[in-house]
Order: sequence, then C-alpha cells, then structure tokens
Amino acid sequence: MEFVGKILFMAVMAVFVQNFVLMRFLGLCPYIGVSKKLDSALGMGMAVIFVMTMASTFTWLIHTYLLVPLHIEFLQTIAFILTIASLVQLVEMVIQKTAPALYKALGVFLPLITTNCAVLGVAILNIQSEYSFIFAILNGLFGGIGFSLVLILMAGIRERLERAELPASMRGMPIAMIVAGSMALAFLGFSGLKF
Amino acid sequence: MTLFKEFTKGFIKENPVFVMALGLCPTLAVTSSVVNAIGMGLAATFVLVFSNIFISLIKNLIPSKIRIPAFIVVIASFVTIVDMVMHAYLPAIHKSLGLFIPLIVVNCIILGRAEAFASKNNVFRSILDGLGMGLGFTLALVVISGIREVLGAGQFLGYNVFSAEYTPFIKMKIPFLHYLIKAKEEIIFAISTKGLTPPFYTLNKIKNTMEFQPMLVAILAPGAFIVMGLLMSLMNLSKKRKN
Repeated sequence: MEFVGKILFMAVMAVFVQNFVLMRFLGLCPYIGVSKKLDSALGMGMAVIFVMTMASTFTWLIHTYLLVPLHIEFLQTIAFILTIASLVQLVEMVIQKTAPALYKALGVFLPLITTNCAVLGVAILNIQSEYSFIFAILNGLFGGIGFSLVLILMAGIRERLERAELPASMRGMPIAMIVAGSMALAFLGFSGLKF
Repeated sequence: MTLFKEFTKGFIKENPVFVMALGLCPTLAVTSSVVNAIGMGLAATFVLVFSNIFISLIKNLIPSKIRIPAFIVVIASFVTIVDMVMHAYLPAIHKSLGLFIPLIVVNCIILGRAEAFASKNNVFRSILDGLGMGLGFTLALVVISGIREVLGAGQFLGYNVFSAEYTPFIKMKIPFLHYLIKAKEEIIFAISTKGLTPPFYTLNKIKNTMEFQPMLVAILAPGAFIVMGLLMSLMNLSKKRKN
C-alpha cells in the first residue's frame, strides 16, 4: 500500500507540482513550436511520453551498469545524449517497419525530440535524485504525461486565439508566452499542495 | 560580409533569443537573477566559441550524413569541460544553475550555429560568429534577468536598487492600489490627529508610502513567461516602426 501511495505522490508531483514545462522550464521549444494545432500537439505529446519513458529506462541502466562500475560518471552528458539520439533513431526505424500507421502520426515529431531538453533533463534528474529503477521509469512516464497535458491545453487555447483580435505586435510568440505565463500562475497554485 | 559585421550581427540584428527565439529553456530558467544569467551566458559563449572552432577545423572530415551526431559529441565534450571547471572554481553559480549546465548540449543556438555557420566557414570567421552570438545571448539574458530581478527582488546584481527595508510581497497584489489605500489611511490619520492638513506634510506622507515594494511573481516561473512575452512584443513593435 505504501508503494502505491509513493507512486501516486510521484504522479502528482511530476504532472502538476513540478511540471516539466511550466515549473522546470524544460522542453519549451516544442511547447511553443508545436502547439499551434490540436492534432499535432496530440501527436507530439504521445511521442514525448514514449521517448521520455524509454530514455529514462535506458539512461538509468547505462548509468548504473556502465558508467558507475567503470568510474566514468563525468562522461554522463555525452553518454546520455548519445543514448537518446540513437534511441530515437532506433524507435523511428522500428515504428516505421512494424506500425506504419503510428509512424505516420508520430514520424514528423521523432527527430525533433532528440534536442528536446525535457528528455535529457529527466534522464539527468533521475540520476541526481537517486531514484530506483522503477521510479526512474515512472518519473519519465509521468513527466511525459505532464508535458503532454500542458501542450494539449496550450494548443486548445491557441486554436481559439487564432480568431481573437490582437494587436499586431502581440500575435504569435508573444501572446503564446503570456498565455504560458497565466498557465504557470495557475499551476503555481498546486505548489501549496500538502500530503 | 565584413568581419566586424560578422561579430556584431548577434547583438541586435540576429539576436538568438529575441529575434530567432532559440534557446528558450535556459533563457527563462536561469534569468531569476543577473548573476545566474551572466554565468549561463558566459558558459554558453565558451561552448559556442570552442565548438565553432573545432567543427570548422574538422568540417571536411565529417561525412555529411552523420554530421549532426558528430556535432553533438563535440558540443557535449565542451559542455563537460565547462561543467567540471565551473564545479571546481565557481561552486555557488554551478549549484544554482544546476541542471541547466549539462543541458547546454541541447541548446538549439549552439547546434544551430554549428550547422548553419561553422560547417561552412573558416576558423577565424567561426570564432567571430561564436563570440558575437554568445555575447548576444548573454546580453539578452542580462536584459531579461535585470527586469525580473529589479521587479521581483528590488535588486540588481544583489545590490538594493530601491530601499533596504522592504521585503518582497508573498502574494501578488496590485501595487498601485496598495499605495493608494495606504496613502489614504495616512491622510486620514493626519487629519484626525493634527486636525489639519498641511499640503507638504500630506505630500511627503504619500511619497513615503509610495516607495517600491517588489512583486515576487516576477522571479517565479510565471514572471519569466510574461516578461519574455512583453519583450518579444516590444521587439515586434520596434521592427514595425523601422519599416
């Protein structure tokens, strides 16, 4: 029972309280760049959940069974970015062969994810917070869910903003930033949650 | 393009943050204080200059198909150097920048310059480009963090800008309304105790109560987005005026 409670706590922390986009400022490029349409936001969200979970799994394994025994922890950054880049390539090839429909939906977004700092960020955070294997994977999964949640909310708002009358200088990026600021203000409310 | 223009284009005309909107994550995350912003800006400049030099030197050796992974490895090596040097000599800044030092690897500005400039130009031009873009990035960070630190903490580089006695608001209030209410209370107090309202006395009281009180929200996460959005729209306005 305690285990379930821990998992629930982690889910709420990763999705709401320490949201990757709004509170930790990780993965802002896709958050602003791919949030113009709801469909593409959904696709990107799914791809990020998938890659973040996979990346957490593999980087944790590489850190624990390769870097630590060989005492080369200082190569962490290089090792992780290479793992993520090759992982994304591999996932892309596997999906292309086995599930063409899924590839059609996610394909465009996969190369973009390599330079998404949320993925490298979650990998490094897992190591810094000294999570166990299961919790590292769950942290990746919930972090991805939190990212997708705000991405999809943002896309919904921006689709409506398309029709709003805005001053010319505020259109596009500036208003997206201000909307993100209001969303962050709302998410700031979660930081008062006590367990 | 002349060498001087190659160097200065990153400051305003092709500023990586305000004009090209690259590298948003570190821009928003580390600008809660000016010291952090300068630390981040200089660390990124170092990586940018050295990765530009290195990539420009080996550009003919890398097959074009695997150039992106090769660039990333070069960048990651220099980031590791910066990480270790900062850990050793600037532990305070290293601690407060935390996660964002290893994340310089995925900063789009650096990969972008490697791909768009260093892999096509000679070493000297690449150094100038890297230095200019890096300093432009630092400049943008200092502008944003200056606004946020002054509004949110009433300080600049840790020195009090306004007056030492004030502590930040915990909740976001509307400052102006707050001043008015306070001033009104003071005036009523003056009338009731002294029985009269000498104009100088009242004015002084209002002036005293209207001293700056920082709003904490500016250095919290929402403030980063809002300040950035307003600055971007200002850039758009000035561009429109020029045309």
